[in-house]
Amino acid sequence: MTKAPLPKTLLYSLIAAVIALILSAPLSGVLLNGYDFTLTLSTPLKIAGAVLVLRLVFGLLPESWTRSSQVHEIAPRPPRFKSWQFALAALVVFFALASLAVFASKYWLAVLILALIYILLGLGLNVVVGFAGLLDLGFVGFYAVGAYGYALGHQYLGLGFWSALPLSALLAGLFGMVLGFPVLRMHGDYLAIVTLGFGEIIRLVMNNWMAFTGGPNGVDAPAPTFFGWEFKARATQGGVPFHEVFGFEYSSGLLDAFIYLVLLTVVSFTLYGVTRLRGMPIGRAWEALREDEIACRSLGLNHVWTKLSAFAMGASIGGVAGVFFAASQGFVSPVSFSFFESALVLAIVVLGGLGSVYGVVLSALFLTLMPELLREFADYRILIFGFAMVIIMIWRPRGMIQHARPYFQRAKG
Amino acid sequence: MNQLLEVQKISLRFGGIIALNEVELSVAEGSITAIIGPNGAGKTTLFNCITGFYRPQGGAILLRDKTGLDHVDLVGLLGGGKKSLSTPFKSLKKVLSGYFGGTHLVARAGVARTFQNIRLFAEMTVVENLLVAQHLSLNRNILSGLLNLPSYQTSERAALENAYKWLDIIGLSAYGNQSAGSLSYGNQRRLEIARAMCTNPRMICLDEPAAGLNPKETDELSHLIRKLRDEFGVTVLVIEHDMSLVMSISDHIVVLNYGQVIARGTPEAVRKDPKVLAAYLGTDDE
Repeated sequence: MTKAPLPKTLLYSLIAAVIALILSAPLSGVLLNGYDFTLTLSTPLKIAGAVLVLRLVFGLLPESWTRSSQVHEIAPRPPRFKSWQFALAALVVFFALASLAVFASKYWLAVLILALIYILLGLGLNVVVGFAGLLDLGFVGFYAVGAYGYALGHQYLGLGFWSALPLSALLAGLFGMVLGFPVLRMHGDYLAIVTLGFGEIIRLVMNNWMAFTGGPNGVDAPAPTFFGWEFKARATQGGVPFHEVFGFEYSSGLLDAFIYLVLLTVVSFTLYGVTRLRGMPIGRAWEALREDEIACRSLGLNHVWTKLSAFAMGASIGGVAGVFFAASQGFVSPVSFSFFESALVLAIVVLGGLGSVYGVVLSALFLTLMPELLREFADYRILIFGFAMVIIMIWRPRGMIQHARPYFQRAKG
Repeated sequence: MNQLLEVQKISLRFGGIIALNEVELSVAEGSITAIIGPNGAGKTTLFNCITGFYRPQGGAILLRDKTGLDHVDLVGLLGGGKKSLSTPFKSLKKVLSGYFGGTHLVARAGVARTFQNIRLFAEMTVVENLLVAQHLSLNRNILSGLLNLPSYQTSERAALENAYKWLDIIGLSAYGNQSAGSLSYGNQRRLEIARAMCTNPRMICLDEPAAGLNPKETDELSHLIRKLRDEFGVTVLVIEHDMSLVMSISDHIVVLNYGQVIARGTPEAVRKDPKVLAAYLGTDDE
């Protein structure tokens, strides 16, 4: 497609402005006055003017700026770096990020923890949606299972943070399988609706089972400990505070720093695991299932087990994220697990690039840090946030980082 | 000759339509058998029964197992057949396989297939398609994969070697790292055959492998099919409309019409059979 000439661009801009006027006039131009109304066109005209200018600028920009630069698919190529170089770079990045635990303020640590939790959620959902191609709109359900698993496990069974971590992952994985069974024969839209319902069921149970979950009042989640040492200024009876053991001054951000470090480690391992999984037989089976289920069956792949394992794997990662959420907030209530959360995680996965592990990390950082960075813009930050998402989708419709398929070098000789 | 596959009086009806009516068929080990018939005769339905995608309402499909002494009932693998409720575990398994279908078990028994409308994993690369097919022979232990243990590496390397061996055979080694969907139609057909062969089958069922191929490609295909049988010892069952291909490669032909076998025999015999001529060309009365 060639670039439209100037008169055409002008015409398109005018059309866009007229449409903007028609759309905005009833919304912001009509002022109710008793049973009557007055039409004031100053705001709609301003909006239309802005649209005119924007469209004109958009049309005048060089085409390469305004069009998606993404090709349909990236040809696999041999890896550019050796694996030890990769490992070294990963270690450097890890320690650089870990050092933030010392330097960052309490506020930024809380933001970083939230970002890491969303990275975990994104990685989990990426297994289900990106790898196995099962559109899951109820992912927040597993997040809730993990969070409540920790809080209720402490309340009823006296479980601590470290035992809750694997147990909640298992529990969420089990819930993933339970969800997987009824939806084995569903695809696409139908699957999305059922999973949406599943997520809501979990939230509603949490909300209404007063006797067990405390309902809307929520449950307290204990602060994690490290070998029994507590991260408090003064220990509860019988406990030893962490800073006394190592003999340094207590600061209020100590607990956050600890959670941040543990979370960073877990995220790193998950990142490694998910990257490896995709190149392993099970990862290939997930992707094959996404591409063609019937062909999978004809090749002897057990599609039931493959699907369930994808659900379970994604769900257990979501469960781990839930434990960290509960631990960092110190409190869980059903309000935190609304459908909006599922939508946000799905947005993370789609924006990052379906199936792309690094894309998910990038977009999770973007979607959680951006609203914080934009706090100064107060009322407009959601608007800017929305604009940013639209722009990314125009420029990179296949996500920020498009996944390149693995390259298979033929063995020599 | 030993019969590898015996289809015994299978019937299948969809509502009021009798798609298959007591079809009997046997495929000799190491033969190339063709199923022909006019459109709508039930060829693909028969194929779907043999490969476990449909469960026939009556009859049995027996596949001789590897020892050559016993048979596996492919219909039974789908969860139909006799009910064995001897132990709770077995009955649970029965219920589950009855609900979800055990098609993959048929493939594991040694029956591979290709599809009339190509079903490759289009977004995955050519090599990956062949690796997925070898899933069952790979080291699938998640831990050894995550830790990249030597046993895992050997298994992956062997699979990759096998994949490239098949790419050499079908002449696509240069395209190994391209996505399967970007291949030309003829290459996709051959890749699908190679993918089916990577499951190490004893019988391969090709559903109209020559559809949409030009004469040169069809000629190459007939060489490939013979090669599968002669070099790899695979029994071939093929549905095909291209009569010159069918007549030149097959040892045995079965003709279906309206869900019934109307003729069977060598290519020469079938060619002259009045019933076959009538089915294809119509009778003189009209």
